[in-house]
Amino acid sequence: MSAGEPPINSPEITRLTPVLGPGHTYASVTDKISAIVLTRPTSLGWYIGFLIAFSVFGVLNIAIGWLIMKGVGIWGINIPIGWGFAIVNFVWWIGIGHAGTLISAILFLLNQKWRTSINRFAEAMTLFAVACAGIFPLIHTGRPWYAFWMFPYPSVMGIWPQFRSPLIWDVFAVSTYGTVSLLFWFVGLIPDLATLRDRSVTKPKQIIYGMLALGWRGSARHWQRYQSAYLLLAGLATPLVLSVHTVVSFDFSVAIVPGWHTTIFPPYFVAGAIYSGFAMVITIAIPLRKAYGLEDFITMRHLENMAKVMLATGLIVAYGYFFEFFMSLYSGNKFDVFLVQQRLHGPYAPFYYALILCNILIPQLLWFHKMRTNVIVLFLMSIVVNVGMWLERFVIIVISLTRDFMPSAWGRYSPTFWDWATFIGTMGMFVMLIFLFVRVLPAISIAEMRELVTETSEEHK
Amino acid sequence: MIEHRPHIYGVIGEFEKPEQLVHAATKIREAGYRYYECYTPFPVEGMPEAMAMRRNDVPLITLIGGLIGGLGGFGFQYWVNVYAYPLNIAGRPYNSWPAFIPVTFELTILCASLSAVFGMLALNGLPQPHHPIFNAHRFRHASADRFFVCIQARDKKFHLKETARFLQGLAAHHVSEVHDD
Repeated sequence: MSAGEPPINSPEITRLTPVLGPGHTYASVTDKISAIVLTRPTSLGWYIGFLIAFSVFGVLNIAIGWLIMKGVGIWGINIPIGWGFAIVNFVWWIGIGHAGTLISAILFLLNQKWRTSINRFAEAMTLFAVACAGIFPLIHTGRPWYAFWMFPYPSVMGIWPQFRSPLIWDVFAVSTYGTVSLLFWFVGLIPDLATLRDRSVTKPKQIIYGMLALGWRGSARHWQRYQSAYLLLAGLATPLVLSVHTVVSFDFSVAIVPGWHTTIFPPYFVAGAIYSGFAMVITIAIPLRKAYGLEDFITMRHLENMAKVMLATGLIVAYGYFFEFFMSLYSGNKFDVFLVQQRLHGPYAPFYYALILCNILIPQLLWFHKMRTNVIVLFLMSIVVNVGMWLERFVIIVISLTRDFMPSAWGRYSPTFWDWATFIGTMGMFVMLIFLFVRVLPAISIAEMRELVTETSEEHK
Repeated sequence: MIEHRPHIYGVIGEFEKPEQLVHAATKIREAGYRYYECYTPFPVEGMPEAMAMRRNDVPLITLIGGLIGGLGGFGFQYWVNVYAYPLNIAGRPYNSWPAFIPVTFELTILCASLSAVFGMLALNGLPQPHHPIFNAHRFRHASADRFFVCIQARDKKFHLKETARFLQGLAAHHVSEVHDD
């Protein structure tokens, strides 16, 4: 190492677990992160994992193909439960995406240094989750090839979308969210793509990364505009992410169905989205850091902070459940009171109790430092929360729709094989995209890690 | 065969630490150079001040984009619901503006974000597949762990030997000329 390298962190000064392992330099972070993509041989584990995910993705394609041939009748939906798995899964996936934007935008504006090593893959997770989410309302329309009717365009039919409908708001919210997340992710990637271009040794890699890097050369004037644009994007993505799940909750709360028509829905949906999203980031981060030896970059501090965010948002969600429950009883509205009884004693009561267990009771373990710093506990907890959040959407949709105003309109819902195949298929797609992402793009922002090297070396001077 | 004589794009110098580059940039500006550029693997604090950069136009472009998105989005919904395709639903007003807010909001964000990103790229002149600075021998380190400054030949004060000596005087390593093609 030459004398010019930044000073090495002295471990004895670090009281907290650092956000970056000690001893890292500009060169070492660059080498370590870009090596995962460029030089490290693809491991057998990667191939096996990818193949499994790819096969499950195949199941998704078959399920969608069969759906297009036969129609939505292959699913368990019918009147009165017109929404079923498709919307449960849509809300679940879109919620998962929210943590990525929260980490990349809100924590950026709050100047939280620990976001640096997790923001890139959290943003990728957002994109992939939004892609999975987008599939469901699309195929739920029954005739997905007419989905473009939802966009306003001058059609020969001379009609326009109904802008007073939450479902059209959803189209705009989700497509804006997908686009802005993609922009944010790509802008963050540009300098790293330039790094990969400059470090690639084979021609095809140089050409592909070179094209994607758009000719980025790290000019100081470019950086100035780049930073402005990045900051503005963060500022724009922050209200956006809060609006997306708010709009999703409008799909429910604008309707008059018992259990849906409540004003607490927007904040409690947003909190739930962040809750499940952080759970998913933990689910991905733990195997990722293990598989690629990134413990120096994704430290215990990151995991613990994410666990704390999970605990906090989980408590907001618990507050939401409590007040949903309380307001139904307090309103004296007989349909709302009846709905509460149905949640507690109806045919779907086990799902409600499982939801309380997964989302409220078990995560209380996160109050303990020992639990937050235990990687295995944390991993299992993140899975539990994901299951819990899925159950939440199931309870909201299925119990309300099966028990609305008139007993003659009551019904039952159970998913079919094709419901499960589509749902599990999207998980395969998600995991497959994550696998591809960590193999071809830097899973951690290299440029931002270099900044972190400067900052941590200054702190320890 | 015509003898090919490369044009000089400028003289490049290399530093190992961001502070050294900030210092050098300040000195270069004070020496009266106008056309020079610094290249760093990450945004270096103090650089805009050292190079006396003016404020950039990305925020303005973003604001304009956001205004277009917001006003256009609302105006469009107004036009659809009042003129193009009015639907009388239980006598409610055609211009039911509260219901137009979510889409207006989303379009504001969308247009502002697109303007921020494409405005930034346009002002930076990107994508630009090739640039003379890539001819510099060690420039691949500019995206890893080295900090470069290049004084361009089009500067009035530029003199190949003098400028090179000047950069060496600022403790730059590997001072060399950069060719134009």
